[in-house]
Amino acid sequence: MVGSDMYRQQILDHYRNPRNHGELEDPTFSHVGENPMCGDEITMDVELAEDGETIERVAFRGEGCAISQAAASMLSERLPGKTLSELREMDRDDVLDMLGVDISPMRIKCAVLAEKVAQDGAEIYLGEKDLDRTSTE
Amino acid sequence: MGVQDAEPLDVERIREDFPILDREVGEGTDLVYLDNGATSQTPESVVETMSEYYRTYNANVHRGIHRLSQEASIAYEDAHDRVAEFIGASGGREEVAFTKNTTESMNVVAYAWGLSELGPGDEVVLTQMEHHAALVTWQQIAKKTGAEVKFIRVTDDGYLDLDHARELITDDTEMVSVVHVSNTLGTVNPVSELADLAHDHDALFFVDGAQAVPNRPVDVEAIDADFYAFSGHKMCGPTGVGVLYGKRHLLEEMDPYLFGGMMIKKVTFEESKWNDLPWKFEAGTPPIAEGIGLHAAVDYLESIGMDRIQRHEERIVEYAYDRLTDHDDVTVFGPPGDDRVGLVSFDLDGVHPHDVSQILDEHGVAVRAGDHCTQPLHDVLGVSATTRASFYLYNTREEVDALVEAVDAARELFAV
Repeated sequence: MVGSDMYRQQILDHYRNPRNHGELEDPTFSHVGENPMCGDEITMDVELAEDGETIERVAFRGEGCAISQAAASMLSERLPGKTLSELREMDRDDVLDMLGVDISPMRIKCAVLAEKVAQDGAEIYLGEKDLDRTSTE
Repeated sequence: MGVQDAEPLDVERIREDFPILDREVGEGTDLVYLDNGATSQTPESVVETMSEYYRTYNANVHRGIHRLSQEASIAYEDAHDRVAEFIGASGGREEVAFTKNTTESMNVVAYAWGLSELGPGDEVVLTQMEHHAALVTWQQIAKKTGAEVKFIRVTDDGYLDLDHARELITDDTEMVSVVHVSNTLGTVNPVSELADLAHDHDALFFVDGAQAVPNRPVDVEAIDADFYAFSGHKMCGPTGVGVLYGKRHLLEEMDPYLFGGMMIKKVTFEESKWNDLPWKFEAGTPPIAEGIGLHAAVDYLESIGMDRIQRHEERIVEYAYDRLTDHDDVTVFGPPGDDRVGLVSFDLDGVHPHDVSQILDEHGVAVRAGDHCTQPLHDVLGVSATTRASFYLYNTREEVDALVEAVDAARELFAV
């Protein structure tokens, strides 16, 4: 493999073989967001458990660069089991830890897109936000 | 002697004028600077000229009786004459106003001419390959005035559809605004022909020359452009200075776009009388060091020869085009390699342009990824972004090889 700081095997693996890619049959909420400058777009479907608080299933779809798509794939594996409050408390550092590589400043918005979409989706679902699309610009 | 016969550049010698090209970008990684369409590097003579101004005669222009102000005023005014000569404006400084950049030059005309001259029923004809500088500006002026904007189609191989141009340009057309060289496709547009077409219908003709003036001989009078705009920082000059050329009688008729100091001759509490050309269009303290630096940039380019620079770029870009398209998974947008200016915007199948440029950066190769301020054109091309390598007089075939190797690395890394 060619040496590359930002594209370690894990990221390439998630990019090539995205986990939980597609749609949920019966999502509790669904939300879409984009990086207008890059054309990255991600839709996150989230299904909650009966307690109305715990995330049970996540699916995503979209297109864009490897960083944005791998981050969405990895997030879709991490979120089940977390509560909506835990999701909302996540920040940029959590995403960067999850990716496990140094992301250059210009690419941070690609990395955090999926997280922001999931968080905005949760807040819209809880009636605390009114938003059609998330945008990182 | 034509461009084809132009003597090759001594690139090794030229590179000595640009010490930045010797730097590393990461340990043991040499910089390969291929983002010249965004901004060019600055030769020592320009840096020195600007330093000398700040070190020895820094003063405001046009207003001081003192010695420093006189020296600065003369140098700043001379820069206008030099630029006028460079682009074939026989009216000299009176036809050349300094602005902030190409975008501002565009806005000067859009506001100063467009707002008062355009109205419902009038049409402004642009092309699908316009930079946002022209596209957004005319689009918004049209909204304010009730005029309509129309776009000349781009053909599949990246040329303007001139039949469509002949259809669109009619007696309702008041302004035709065309990019001389596409910053995305590398197409060199037939501006003289389009000028004739515009003038046949009594429309004005505006040329965005941001990507043309840096790399080819440009003669605004041979083109018969009514207005011509470009930026200093893409032609070895500093940022912060752009040029608006306008035919003298048009600039005379136009009211200023910005008001304030410098652009007036006589002010009372009730009225103001505008200053002479071009100062009428240069309100406030102008970019003095930058204007003087632009003079040095013009001197530098002409000392090498615009014919030779054009030929060098053509050779480099043809080589880059051929090498990149050796692979079937690379699409280069725009005209063929032997009929374009020094840039290639390409798509590597299966790899997002931001990922491509990231990998290229890790190899020291600086390119641009994104929409290059031509979003509507990218919609026409059917892609959200492309990767663009753009060359200049100091680039070498070895640097093209480095680009191709880095693209190979991206392909290998992302291979499924």
